[in-house]
Amino acid sequence: MSARRLPEPLAHVPWGVLGLVVAIGLFGQVVLYSAAGGSLRPWAWSQGIRFFVLLAGALALSRVPERMWKAAALPAYGIILLALIAVEALGEVSGGSRRWLDLGFIRLQPSEFMKPAIVLACARFYDILPPSEIRRFGAIWPAALLIGLPAAFVMLQPDLGTGLMICMGGVTVMFLSGIPVRLFVGGGLAAVVTIPLAINFLLHDYQRNRILIFLNPESDPLGTGYHISQSKIAIGSGGIWGKGFLQGTQSHLDYLPEGHTDFVFATMAEEWGLVGGCLLILAFLLVIRWGIEVGQRAEGRFARLTAAGLATTIFFYVAINLMMVMGLAPVVGIPLPLVSFGSSAQLTVLLCLGILMSIDRQTRKKSGF
Amino acid sequence: MKRTGRIVTEATQAYSFSRRAWLLGGAQAGVGLLLAGRMAWLSVAQNAKYNLLSESNRVNATLVPPRRGWIIDRHGLPIANNRTDFRVDILPDRLPKPERERVLALLTKLLQLTPEDLERIRIDLDRAAGFQPVQIAEKLDWDRFAAVSVRLPELPGVQPTRGFARHYPAGAAVAHLTGYVGAPTAEQYRATHDALLVTPGFKLGKDGLEKTLEPMLRGKPGARRAEVTARGKLVAELATKPDVPGRNARLTIDVGLQEYAARRLGTNSGSAVVIDCRTGEMLCMVSMPAYDPNSFSDGISHLEWEMLSKNDHVPLMNKVTQGLYPPGSTVKPMHALALMENGVSPDERVFCSGALRVGTGVFHCHKRGGHGPLDMRNAVAQSCDIYFYEMIRRLGYDKVAPIARDLGLGQKFELPFTTQRYGTVPDSAWKLGKYKRPWTVADSLNASIGQGYVLTNPLQLAVMVARIASGRALVPSILADHVHRDAPALPFQSENLQVAREAMWKVVNGGGTGAAARLLVPGLSLAGKTGTAQVRRITMAERRVGVLKNAQLPFKLRDHALLVCFAPVENPRYAAAVVLEHNGHTVRTLDTPYIGRDILTYLLDRDRALATLAEVEPTWGGDIATRMAAEEAAYRTAHSPPPAAAATKTDAVVPSDAPAVEEATALANRTQAALSPDTPGPSVAEDGTTERSTDE
Repeated sequence: MSARRLPEPLAHVPWGVLGLVVAIGLFGQVVLYSAAGGSLRPWAWSQGIRFFVLLAGALALSRVPERMWKAAALPAYGIILLALIAVEALGEVSGGSRRWLDLGFIRLQPSEFMKPAIVLACARFYDILPPSEIRRFGAIWPAALLIGLPAAFVMLQPDLGTGLMICMGGVTVMFLSGIPVRLFVGGGLAAVVTIPLAINFLLHDYQRNRILIFLNPESDPLGTGYHISQSKIAIGSGGIWGKGFLQGTQSHLDYLPEGHTDFVFATMAEEWGLVGGCLLILAFLLVIRWGIEVGQRAEGRFARLTAAGLATTIFFYVAINLMMVMGLAPVVGIPLPLVSFGSSAQLTVLLCLGILMSIDRQTRKKSGF
Repeated sequence: MKRTGRIVTEATQAYSFSRRAWLLGGAQAGVGLLLAGRMAWLSVAQNAKYNLLSESNRVNATLVPPRRGWIIDRHGLPIANNRTDFRVDILPDRLPKPERERVLALLTKLLQLTPEDLERIRIDLDRAAGFQPVQIAEKLDWDRFAAVSVRLPELPGVQPTRGFARHYPAGAAVAHLTGYVGAPTAEQYRATHDALLVTPGFKLGKDGLEKTLEPMLRGKPGARRAEVTARGKLVAELATKPDVPGRNARLTIDVGLQEYAARRLGTNSGSAVVIDCRTGEMLCMVSMPAYDPNSFSDGISHLEWEMLSKNDHVPLMNKVTQGLYPPGSTVKPMHALALMENGVSPDERVFCSGALRVGTGVFHCHKRGGHGPLDMRNAVAQSCDIYFYEMIRRLGYDKVAPIARDLGLGQKFELPFTTQRYGTVPDSAWKLGKYKRPWTVADSLNASIGQGYVLTNPLQLAVMVARIASGRALVPSILADHVHRDAPALPFQSENLQVAREAMWKVVNGGGTGAAARLLVPGLSLAGKTGTAQVRRITMAERRVGVLKNAQLPFKLRDHALLVCFAPVENPRYAAAVVLEHNGHTVRTLDTPYIGRDILTYLLDRDRALATLAEVEPTWGGDIATRMAAEEAAYRTAHSPPPAAAATKTDAVVPSDAPAVEEATALANRTQAALSPDTPGPSVAEDGTTERSTDE
């Protein structure tokens, strides 16, 4: 970035990654335009407006100094945790699981905010923890508690996907903080043992079904496996170059369910093919790499852990969604950020980007002058 | 945790972070590669598979049943054709159970379905194999068809189609000729997995020519392709592949004659065959009463089936090829020929005293007082039994049987019908093989007047008379492109054949027993031979008190009435056989001589034949359709069926295989065995048969 001649507020904007994010967002709107059968309504237009409003918000957030995030990390975590409990207590029943908190003027999904909040909270915890304590037990159980509480409430809702993302976001920060690797190896082995038990005893019927059908989608081609089968058909029939803009049959003839939300990638892949898909994956990877690099450059433990953690949160969004759409993971209801129609994920990811840019700005300021 | 000696400082922590962050980044890049690889696998390696799946999602191809080839008569007139048909079906797969009653209620309103229809549809839906469409209604008028079509969104699984339905303009008159068509059975589908078999509206031949000519008549289906949404909404019609209609099958039948003969048989349970004496072409082949192939093709109700099965006139049997009867005196011209071929002079006389003693028994002539001295021509003309008893007693039946076979009796003919029964021309070897008993004189005597072991079907009788009339070994044919022209001459003296023909002329025109058959067409004459075949024993005791009149007997015990004839005598052109089961010669206009005469008159002077029919038909209750409707109404009233019995029997037994037909044939065999003189008990004399004059 040779932007030294620009005025100060603009000089510290990471133009490259901003361009990528805008490109992904605009491409998402193009896909939504096609998913609506070649129409801005009902999705592309509102998604576009929201995208630019939220992007402006993210740029505004990038002006918030890092210490503010540090100070807000634990209180914000606490508030969101309370909100989660509130959802459990008085949340509106919606779609078989309680996720929304209706405040009258806005419907909030507190679990969505918990995804960045858990990263901030864990980062703050390891920031506070003296370096010498890192290899002690005291470095583990508070973090485990920080992660376990919200994850438990979210899974109670029940929202398996989000619960898993909260866990993985927190665990990523734990990993980055320097906790002995063998704990993760042991934890991984424990997971291998416990996951089948959990599937059998802890999950709701519909969740267990989704997992069983994920393992053998053809067993139920017209039921729950329908989503995966049709999504694979959409991607597979797209070929290398795709069927062409507005030419997707799976999406336009309604064979692909949720073609504008969770399965938007399949809608895209059918029309843009392997090329479109790889470019989109590459764009996401570049954004995530930038996030990790922000962490590498950052000074201070909190900033480093936060940046890498948030980048990984974005990664988890993309990876889980794509694995689900391509039949590599069960259908868990994680949208593709910036592309899928819907406000929550968009809000979360742009919030993550805002915080990342804020950390980046801080770093540049120090190094640039 | 204190055992680790490493001292963790902020610097080492930053270093550890950096390493682990790169590791994390690398892992993320790895997952990215994995995803790209997975996507490439789906969209490149498996592209063909998924393209196919996507296309089969997008394109909904419905087969269009091919138009069935027509069956046409020798002049090109339709015997079976197709007419436009508006029909409505349900695909059980696509009709969710909870919706069923609502959909049926709406359909009832739109199509004015009767409770009987509804009951049948429910039964069919319960039994349906999912892939098999259930017929709601066919032959709909446009208004009702359109009413369903516009409300389709409310009617899941309901499928209105415009197609073709088989139509037999002559109705029952051609039933046993054409057979009928019907929906394929689940077994047929399982055997071939041909999607055409489960296409609504597709029907295949179930019996008769429709069945045997199926490969020729079927054709190749077309396909209607449409782009549809996941909810089945039509987006666009794609290119339609037209069907290839089946080929027409041209028959040797004259459909006008066929219909005339069917009507002329009236209320009889009988059959009539006419053969062209020059080529062997079958001009008509009628078996009455019959079912209506039009209603069979729609799927008939249990009630109709039951009514047809229980009818003692066996409407389900094609009597021409499946009915076996003792030929009675109709074989006498043939026996005369056999005698001459074995050296008997036609002028040699036999004295008929009314009875002939053979061994311990007495054989009677049908004329109690006897005919006096008779030569061969007069013996045939008067149908004298004693002449043939005496002559064939001298000759032995083993000399006669080969000639009977040469004339077509007991012979199999290659005809496109699934079931044919060929009867028996007995001789000593046959009897020894079958009953392990030697041939007796009484056997010869019984066979000499066409009784005893002799059994023939009406087609064979027609071939016999056609061969006598033409002097050639004609082979009957029914497909216009399989006519056996240029049949060789029979290995008989032409003078002998001429004597047999003259004798037959005398039967009708020379004061013989068949005078009623005299042709009324000026300048042309008809030759023939009547016959009566007894189906019961007449005991000595009965003979003493007077043989019971047929009118006094129950239907099943009455004599069969037969006639073989040909015309014109001078240059034989048409030969016919008429066989009436249990007719008993009770009503003159319904007896063989008049019927035979009128059928041949139709070919020689159509207007005269039609005028006669117009005169006599009202006396027995009108034409075929009128009588069948009246019969069904009466049966329905008498049996007031529960609705279930009126439900369609979609996989009804094919008439040729119906139990009723089996039974009728078994009866012929039982009668034969019962009348055979070998059964222990009364003397042969009591087994002698009588010939009542057919012209009393």
